[in-house]
Amino acid sequence: MLEIKNLHANINGKEILKGVNLTVKPGEVHAIMGPNGAGKSTLSSVLAGNPAFGVTEGEVTFNGKNLLAMPPEQRSWEGIFLGFQYPVEIPGVSMVNFMRAAVNEHRKYKGEEPISASDFLRLMREKREVVELDNKLANRSVNEGFSGGEKKRNEIFQMAMLEPKLAILDETDSGLDIDALRIVSEGVNKLKSEDNATIVITHYQRLLDYIKPEFIHVLYKGKIVKSGGPELALELEERGYDWIKKELGE
Amino acid sequence: MTVVKQYTDLYQQAKGLIDKHSAHILNENREAAYTLLKATGLPSTSCQDYAHTDLHAMFAPDYGLNLNRVEIPVNPYEVFSCDVPNLSTNLYFLVNDSFYSKQGPAKNQEEDIFIGSLIDFAAKYPLIAGKYYNKQAGKRQDGTVAMNTMFAQDGFVLYVPKGKVLEKPVQLINYMVSETDLMVNRRILIILEENTEAKLLVCDHALNDANYLINQVAEIFIAENARFDYYELEENTRKTNKVSSTFLNQKANSNAVVNGVSLTNGVTRNNIFVTFKGEGAENHLSGIVIADGNQKVDNFTNIDHAVPHCHSNELFKYVLNDEAECAFAGRIHVRQGADKTEAYQSNKNLCATDTVKMFTRPELEIYADDVKCSHGATVGQLDQQALFYLRSRGISEQEARLLLMYAFSADVLEMIRLEPLKERLRMLIEKRFKGELSRCRGCAIHGNAPSEC
Repeated sequence: MLEIKNLHANINGKEILKGVNLTVKPGEVHAIMGPNGAGKSTLSSVLAGNPAFGVTEGEVTFNGKNLLAMPPEQRSWEGIFLGFQYPVEIPGVSMVNFMRAAVNEHRKYKGEEPISASDFLRLMREKREVVELDNKLANRSVNEGFSGGEKKRNEIFQMAMLEPKLAILDETDSGLDIDALRIVSEGVNKLKSEDNATIVITHYQRLLDYIKPEFIHVLYKGKIVKSGGPELALELEERGYDWIKKELGE
Repeated sequence: MTVVKQYTDLYQQAKGLIDKHSAHILNENREAAYTLLKATGLPSTSCQDYAHTDLHAMFAPDYGLNLNRVEIPVNPYEVFSCDVPNLSTNLYFLVNDSFYSKQGPAKNQEEDIFIGSLIDFAAKYPLIAGKYYNKQAGKRQDGTVAMNTMFAQDGFVLYVPKGKVLEKPVQLINYMVSETDLMVNRRILIILEENTEAKLLVCDHALNDANYLINQVAEIFIAENARFDYYELEENTRKTNKVSSTFLNQKANSNAVVNGVSLTNGVTRNNIFVTFKGEGAENHLSGIVIADGNQKVDNFTNIDHAVPHCHSNELFKYVLNDEAECAFAGRIHVRQGADKTEAYQSNKNLCATDTVKMFTRPELEIYADDVKCSHGATVGQLDQQALFYLRSRGISEQEARLLLMYAFSADVLEMIRLEPLKERLRMLIEKRFKGELSRCRGCAIHGNAPSEC
């Protein structure tokens, strides 16, 4: 589904990713872990097409198509979803208008008619329940005045609305209390299927207790330096990242 | 000075003709205005208050003036038909600068409320006309205002006597129509006596391909405990230039909302002067400017807190695109002794491209001790983070930009107290951003102009 080969990327001329390789197949859940500044968020931003980042080398194909040639909106239509670490507040744009515009552009890409008002409301209601998002929040401006936990739940709500093939969740667990963490993880698990895949980017093991990835990767200094099964995450939790640095001869 | 000379000369030559087609109260104010205009001329761009609007360039072309009041063969009531859901208004027209009197709304208001032409008002209520006409404008040392007073032959009057409430909003459509280039001197007089209430919506429309110059003066008097809403919507052609001065005189415990939306124009300069004359008065002043191409909009506001315990709240937002060049100047003057004044002012501007120019000058002058005041101005670009966030959900760049520009301007609409108008403006602004609003789509509030225009 997703194939990243030798990906190099920079921001403001500073190279952050220095040759990332990763393959993700349908139905798989991957976790990318690593210390601060390793390039985890850069990787997710580059995959979603944030124009602030420049790709200098390498290639990324998504279902056989060249992902890097697509603008962010087309990546979304093709089935990429990025759950933001810091969801953006957009005063004046209501959640309803935002989601209706997004859903309709997805439908247009597939050659479908715009969604009817009643179907849209039904869809909103149904998907809100996935993450127990209050109706009041759905009627407000995008993320405006939402608490940290509400913002993250809102990300998963949008994911539920758009039904992506590949969801990249960037530190979705940061700033969440234990209840919110449970709700968000349950939401992600409910949306999991044989056809879609998830990449979870996280600092900590605790999210992985709920969302159980089969593959763990350690990103360090812009490269994936170690990959393994769930046991790798436990080892990182116990021993930190220093032993990996030692293995690398630092 | 030559620019002004063509107008003062014309006045000298045509004095008799101007007077003949007007009313006594207008005529007796002309000479003083002529003297002032001749002495001061039009303010130049070296005058700080007009730094961003070149009046000399604006008034230099040789426009025609319809001083002989040649009738324009048009029935605006046939051109505009109302289609706003839930908004029913009493509709009146100024065709160029003449009141259209051949047809009007059915008389469903109270007998002594006057809505109509300035000439008729002066005949019917000479004492009241004399008490109010030019009493604010005449004090202003501004050549454009003087020129209006010198030339004005007719206009629109809304007069609400003591204790009367006008339930139904009044709508005035200023309708420019001419085959040749035309200058008009439009005059509006609004008098709300004690304990009255009224709402006026003024829509500007221009038809045809001629160059128009509109020089407008509106004087508004709001007496004790009166409540007035004044909404102005500018949807002219890009070949229409406009200078407008609006004066508000607010007595004790009066309450006014003034809102201006500039959607389509060439060069526009709006002057708004608010003076509090009695304690406990409130004014809510706001504006939205959407400018692209090479549109220019310059709003100049002055709020005079001359007495204690008054409240003013001012918000102007601009969205600039292409080569648009706009300006805002807001002055709040809190005089000595005007304690317990509350005055807030905010001007926020969004520059969608790096080829636009925005000049903003918030000014707060406080000579009283016990006041709550604030002012602020921002000039910024579209939030790139927000843009990416929207695009990452599949919203195209174009659509995302529109959503953000619309969201930026939308909160000004919250200051509008007429729900159906708010809804209508919301839709209009959205269309304007999408480029779906051309002048041929006709009147914003009253349906569609003929499609062949």
